[in-house]
Amino acid sequence: MHVLPYLTAAYVFVVGCYGLATSRNLIHAVGCLAVCQSATYVLLLAVGYRDGGTAPVFSDLRPGSRPVADPVVQALTLTDIVVGATVTALLLALVVQISKRHGTVDPDELRELRG
Amino acid sequence: MNPRARLWLVAIGGAGLAALLAAACLRLPRFGGGHHPYGDRAVRAALSRHTANTIASVNFDQRAFDTMGEMAILFAAVLGCVVLLRQARDEHRGRPRPAEVAAPVRRYALAVLPVALVTGLYVVAHGQLSPGGGFQGGVVAATALHLMYLGADYAALERVRPLEAFEAGDALAASAYLVLGLAGVLAGTGFLANALLPYGTFNTLSSAGTVPLLNAAIGMEVACAVVVLLARFLDQAVEIEEESGK
Repeated sequence: MHVLPYLTAAYVFVVGCYGLATSRNLIHAVGCLAVCQSATYVLLLAVGYRDGGTAPVFSDLRPGSRPVADPVVQALTLTDIVVGATVTALLLALVVQISKRHGTVDPDELRELRG
Repeated sequence: MNPRARLWLVAIGGAGLAALLAAACLRLPRFGGGHHPYGDRAVRAALSRHTANTIASVNFDQRAFDTMGEMAILFAAVLGCVVLLRQARDEHRGRPRPAEVAAPVRRYALAVLPVALVTGLYVVAHGQLSPGGGFQGGVVAATALHLMYLGADYAALERVRPLEAFEAGDALAASAYLVLGLAGVLAGTGFLANALLPYGTFNTLSSAGTVPLLNAAIGMEVACAVVVLLARFLDQAVEIEEESGK
């Protein structure tokens, strides 16, 4: 049972990859990439969890009175979310331009390079 | 490659990947286990620098240099979007049409706007004390402005959102982060070393040394970046039209 959170992360990642490979729409593909990325959030938070732990914030918690979740992976997850959001924005900007220049957002129809 | 062959290739590769991932999951440390050497050290370091929110300490003190890289990624992505979504030669800028908004939507949006804005600033300011910080509060503050678009129309949003000011603010905030780092070098401590200011009283607004200042810089950077990004996308949807009159 203790591997279930890790397997959830792997499952979410594989589902995102399947969506990316079979996507017929670039906007859908960007969404699938976001799904792949959310697998890393699940994995990081699962690695940092501690039995009976609480948030590593000591404004209303006496230090040492309770175990706390690993703050390092939580900070990494925050970084991950920010980078994911910016990459999604950049990719969607590319999709806007592709749709304008080529008149389609189906990756299968984008075969030749055009200036 | 025809779609059928491609699907087979994906199925074989995906099955292999899934098997490897499952095998890797079985060898990971037990879920919920107590062995977190880096976490324990990060908590100790945060408490020694009077930072109640350990994650803020990790992001803006222990890993402040990495956060600078992250900020550079954000800045570069905004720059990329601005370049990609500029007005092309064969396009022109139309005037946004005034929109009809249902009265309850307008009332609610305009009532919530100041509350959301203040909440965003609160989250930025209390980043070293409670969950939150520059990244989260910046997004809240930037989206609060866009309630103007929901509650009124695009022209009203453009009046409360001078885009040049936000573009300059984005660059200013990024350089403020750098300057705060360089101030440590000039003071003889080290780049982004958090030894510049006194650590203050634990669990008060002025605790944690330079963490609140870096938080504020990141909050401004993120808020400006989100405003500029959304403005570019909204321009594409609302204002920019092709010449052919589409």
